[in-house]
Amino acid sequence: MTGVLRSEWTKFRSAPGAVWLLVAVVAVTVAGGAATAATLRCPSTGCTGDPAEISLTGIQLSQAVVAIVAALMVGGEYRTNMIHTTLAATPQRIRMLIAKTAVVAGVVALAGAVAVPAGVLVGRPMLADRGLTLALSDAAVQRAAFGSVLYLVLIALLTVGVAVIARDAAAAIGVVLSLLYVFAILAQMVPDAELRENLREIAPMTAGLAIQATVDLASLPVSPWRGLAVLAAWAFGSLVVGGVLLKARDA
Amino acid sequence: MTGFGRLTRTEWTKFRTVRGRLAAMLVAGGVILGLALSPMSGTCTRDTCGQPVGPEGEQVRDSFYFLHQPLTGDGAITARLTSMTGLLPPEPGSASEDDERAAIGPGGSGGMRPGLVPWAKAGLIVKDGTGQGTTYAAVMATGGHGVRMQHDYVHDRAGQPGAVSDTAPRWLRLTRDGDTITGEESTDGVIWTTVGAAELDGLPATVRIGLFVTSPQHVEALGAAGSASAPTVAAATFDAITRTGAGAGPGWSGEAIGEPPGTPEQERGRHEPAGDGFVLTGSGDIAPAVAGAAGLGVSVTQTLAGTFAGLVLVVVVGTVFMTGEYRRGMIRTTLAASPRRGRMLLAKAVVVGGVTFVVGLVSAAAAVTIGRESLLDNGVYVLPVSTPTAWRMIVGTGALLAVAAVLALGIGAMLRRSAGAITAVIVLTVLPYLLALTVLPATAGQWLLRVTPAAAFAVQQSAKQYAQVENLYTPAGGYFPLPWWAGFAVLCLWAGAALAGAGVLLRRRDA
Repeated sequence: MTGVLRSEWTKFRSAPGAVWLLVAVVAVTVAGGAATAATLRCPSTGCTGDPAEISLTGIQLSQAVVAIVAALMVGGEYRTNMIHTTLAATPQRIRMLIAKTAVVAGVVALAGAVAVPAGVLVGRPMLADRGLTLALSDAAVQRAAFGSVLYLVLIALLTVGVAVIARDAAAAIGVVLSLLYVFAILAQMVPDAELRENLREIAPMTAGLAIQATVDLASLPVSPWRGLAVLAAWAFGSLVVGGVLLKARDA
Repeated sequence: MTGFGRLTRTEWTKFRTVRGRLAAMLVAGGVILGLALSPMSGTCTRDTCGQPVGPEGEQVRDSFYFLHQPLTGDGAITARLTSMTGLLPPEPGSASEDDERAAIGPGGSGGMRPGLVPWAKAGLIVKDGTGQGTTYAAVMATGGHGVRMQHDYVHDRAGQPGAVSDTAPRWLRLTRDGDTITGEESTDGVIWTTVGAAELDGLPATVRIGLFVTSPQHVEALGAAGSASAPTVAAATFDAITRTGAGAGPGWSGEAIGEPPGTPEQERGRHEPAGDGFVLTGSGDIAPAVAGAAGLGVSVTQTLAGTFAGLVLVVVVGTVFMTGEYRRGMIRTTLAASPRRGRMLLAKAVVVGGVTFVVGLVSAAAAVTIGRESLLDNGVYVLPVSTPTAWRMIVGTGALLAVAAVLALGIGAMLRRSAGAITAVIVLTVLPYLLALTVLPATAGQWLLRVTPAAAFAVQQSAKQYAQVENLYTPAGGYFPLPWWAGFAVLCLWAGAALAGAGVLLRRRDA
């Protein structure tokens, strides 16, 4: 297994632009949160927003970069037909998938572990200027931060699964971004309140991002950890289907 | 055949012969159509829930308390307004929605708090009878917009600013002279200023003239996405009422025009004598109907929700149409056959844009038609749109998808890698809309919808925005910060810049 892991790691780090994409994850997370905090205009009665959610808005953008990282990790093999060599070297295809998933999860977790605290620390003083306190010692804030890193990892896993199913990076990106963004827009646009809540409960992005909420938890469509579990189910589901197809299909 | 024509034909052959490319376009069309069929249902039939139609053919709100007399031929009414007060819904968060409903009952204040919405109206009106949606002209004082002269629901002219009170009363006068109604105001009853004059075509000889009070829905944003609206009440004190013209007399009849059955006691329209005048209480609005928080029903834009899903597919196809050339090394053959690289790019843009436009146009036309019928069948009230607006939405959706495909082609040619290019285009076109709809503060969201390619979704705006109707004119309600042509122009600029950038890079770089 160590050998498989190492080969996947070598493939990742030697791919052009891989490291830059991880840098972009950090930059986009921080910039997105800072921009949102900077444009926050509050009524005279004071700001009412969720400080953790605002400082971590960048995740909504950086998850797209995470999806690129994961899609290229799989799609790149099919693009260059490297997959034939890979599977010849590791005939246990599931093992190869697990190793690939582990490498992607590891690097995304690393990028997230840098990006999320950076986003919080940059957003915090900007929010304080507007009268919103982001208490780092608050358990809910810590949960939001830790959960946001997990969120990015789960997005990466979801994308690996979809990319294995699609065997093409472009198609995988299209599917994943539809699942994340388009599903969320459609859910939001439903005028019927009950149906809207039900859709937001199962949409991977709206459910998963419930982990960032620190105030007014009662108004959420789904509780924070349950929401992340919904996303985990999507990710697990795509990996299982991907694994089954990987075994069943000719590469 | 000209050189460019041949080149376009080559690109068309490449487009149609790749399995999956045409299929993806058909799926995009199917998704747009499929998502038009919303699972929503309501309790409206095709005849109920509709709103009155105004003299200019648009849907209007026409409910107010009216204390009136007949007027035959020319004549005038003058009155002094000495106070305007009102009730607003309870503070949000003070009680749950259900509690509020329960608390509003006869006698109690129902948790309502004193206050006046900016467009609460009290004044004088000349109207063709007491039916809803008929032609009228009125001069009025408002809660926060000073004196106004309005007629036929959509026309609004400002007079002097300032609120009405005991110490600052307002004199108002409304004069009919043929089809011309003139509104005047005064602070002392001696020196009069004209606020405006309205031509009401086809006003019958006998009309209703009198005093009115109304107060529109209070709308409030709840967080970034939610909104709440609730009825309000206004009360105004009139005195020194004088009438001229045939039909004048001591008798007045009071009527709550357009009051829904089951209105709670305290929101009901009424009048009481006070000194030599009256206190009128009323709720509702005399204004154009709007969609969204302050309105009823959904806008036709709803039926085009699938555009987002279709857009993602179109972006993938547009990008891969270019990046696919690099993937297979086909680009070298292509450029050997057509050494003028800029023209090759243009031919690709024509093909992908043309195919997308046709698919988008047909599916949007079907989505609007079928989606609207299905909503109506399910008992959901759909705000009507004029035929030119409907066509602008349909053609606009086709054009939006086509130009987005060209943008994807351009970015694909610049980046030469599909995953990054697809992500870039989707993040630019879809994400701003989502962020404006959800987490972003309203100002930041509107700003994003001005500068990113997502501005082009303004072509789908069906509801008109009126300065004289308080509403949350947000993307969630179907309103965009830019007019449709400007929003579309923003997308075209992006696509043009991407093509230009791609043209320069194609010429400079080795393939």
